[in-house]
Amino acid sequence: MIKIVKYILLDILRNKIVLAYTLFLLAISFTVFSLEDSVQKGLLSLLNLILFIVPLVNIIFSTIYIYNSSEFIELLLSQPIKRRSIWLSLFIGLASALSISFLIGAGIPVILYCSSATGLMMVLMGVLISIIFVSIAMLATVKTRDKAKGIGVAIMLWLYFSLVFDGLVLFLLFQFADYPLEQPMIGLTAFNPLDLGRIMILLKMDVSALMGYTGAIFKDFFGTQKGLALSIFVMLLWICLPLLFSLRKFNRKDL
Amino acid sequence: MKAIILILCSCLCLSIIAQCTTVRVGKQQAITTITDGVMKAGNNDTIIVESGTYHEKNLVIAKPIVLLGINHPVLDGDHKYEPVSIKADNVVFDGFKVCNSAISSIVDYGGIKIYNRRYVTISNNILEDCFFGIYSQNCQGCIIKGNKLTARQAQEQQSGNGIHCWKCDSMQIIANTITGHRDGIYFEFVTNSIIWRNISTKNMRYGLHFMFSNSDTYAANVFENNGAGVAVMFSHHVKMFHNYFKENWGDAAYGILLKEISDSYIDGNKFEKNTSGIFIEGASRIEMYNNSFKDNGWGLKIQASCMDIVLKNNNFIGNTFDVGTNGSLVLNTFTHNYWDKYEGYDLNRDKIGDVPYRPVSMFSMVVEKNPPAMILFRSLITVLMDKSEKVIPSLTPENLRDDHPLMKPLQL
Repeated sequence: MIKIVKYILLDILRNKIVLAYTLFLLAISFTVFSLEDSVQKGLLSLLNLILFIVPLVNIIFSTIYIYNSSEFIELLLSQPIKRRSIWLSLFIGLASALSISFLIGAGIPVILYCSSATGLMMVLMGVLISIIFVSIAMLATVKTRDKAKGIGVAIMLWLYFSLVFDGLVLFLLFQFADYPLEQPMIGLTAFNPLDLGRIMILLKMDVSALMGYTGAIFKDFFGTQKGLALSIFVMLLWICLPLLFSLRKFNRKDL
Repeated sequence: MKAIILILCSCLCLSIIAQCTTVRVGKQQAITTITDGVMKAGNNDTIIVESGTYHEKNLVIAKPIVLLGINHPVLDGDHKYEPVSIKADNVVFDGFKVCNSAISSIVDYGGIKIYNRRYVTISNNILEDCFFGIYSQNCQGCIIKGNKLTARQAQEQQSGNGIHCWKCDSMQIIANTITGHRDGIYFEFVTNSIIWRNISTKNMRYGLHFMFSNSDTYAANVFENNGAGVAVMFSHHVKMFHNYFKENWGDAAYGILLKEISDSYIDGNKFEKNTSGIFIEGASRIEMYNNSFKDNGWGLKIQASCMDIVLKNNNFIGNTFDVGTNGSLVLNTFTHNYWDKYEGYDLNRDKIGDVPYRPVSMFSMVVEKNPPAMILFRSLITVLMDKSEKVIPSLTPENLRDDHPLMKPLQL
């Protein structure tokens, strides 16, 4: 299994797109930090990057990569290797490669320019979000056989998590404006890893604004050690559950 | 001629000094209680009190005398009495430590209370665990200077205000430090007074509470981490210069809450890390120049009920929202401010941006209407909404804008 992981990892790291993604992240991070006059504004631009570009690139790249290596997977399956270890090494390879490129692309500039709690939280959330979207991509590919359809599903999922879900939340907020919605809102965020990551970063970034009444409820929940642990646990669930589902499907799949 | 006048004057002075005597009070002296000392002293005499603890019950000073404490002698109220009551003009009370006054919900006991008097000086005292700290009712021209007030009550009802002035005129509140009281400094019906260089921190309610007090100035004070910040209400001709409002956190906490204020100046103040820097309601004719709003949740919350408020040459840096409002009516002027969120350009290089800046973001209007929406802050959908709102304003007030935004921050 380690051999397969090593092979996949090297294959991905050699891939031009991952290289381009790393350089792109690096270029953007350095630009935002050196262009903006305050580090805070640089971090803000970086937040948009993490919430927008990182999930998109991760989910699309992973989907395409898995489809393209279908022949390689079939080759491996003809060997006496468990399906489980093939699929997991595929996941580990993808997740570690993309995390490494995120760490190089965004982590290094953050540590150079702003190694505060906000910056470190941002890097941590970026890595978690990267892995979560790899895991979601694996579920999407295993569910659909057709490559074009699979990529379409991946894009729809990205759109859902980054835009549609929040739109629905906003809609609910205004529909049920007469009810106390603070507690249900906390529950709702668990259904979107991007929201969770964003709130964890906000708690470090906009702490004054979050001190208002409703903000204080969020802070009381997420800002404590327990809340932090719980959110990271939920994010880990977001990594594990799609992966497990995809693994089950892959084990039974007729290739 | 001059020489004669000089000699006459000095004779006069000497004769006055000659009339006064000094009374010493101390455990080793002939007079061991301050009450005795006050009884023995004549008008304009000086009483010097040596260090030690004095249980005087309620010390009433009803003569114009000077009371000087050496090494802060302790006046203990035993939680039953008002330690010091001043009922004479021209009293000087300096260098004592006053503690443990009575607590009551019927009588306003003060650590030191001045009753209807003029020109009293309270200076360099330490007050600990008093109900009200220094209480002046119906006084004129008193100086309260360099005192250090601390209270440790846990409940608002159990605690009075640090420096409480009611129906006074020409008061000087200078360089006091107040912690843990209900309101740090409280002004009601106080006119022509100055509050200067005080530090008011960690009070339960307001750092400074200001009601029906006209023509007052407060300058160079620090208000930090108070339960609800500073409230200035129902007054006119108030001048607020060079104060520092910091870390007043909470839903109803404001750097300054301005309610029904008119003809006032807010100049050179710094607002840092407050939930809201300034909240203005029903105010008119206020000029705000050279203030710095930094790292606040809301820099300025200005309600539509305000009129003729001028904001000029202020810095808005690192606030989550620069300006929030609750309606579309704008009768105020924003001009020549620096906004760090400004994205315009300056073609003619006159250091003034060529396109107006709209400090109210769409999302701040959404949050104003629906506070739990705060959970969506900085998500992609709200960023998109803000951007589209900037191109075609629909929800945000069209007239709330700075037509001359500065390109560089001001040195404040």
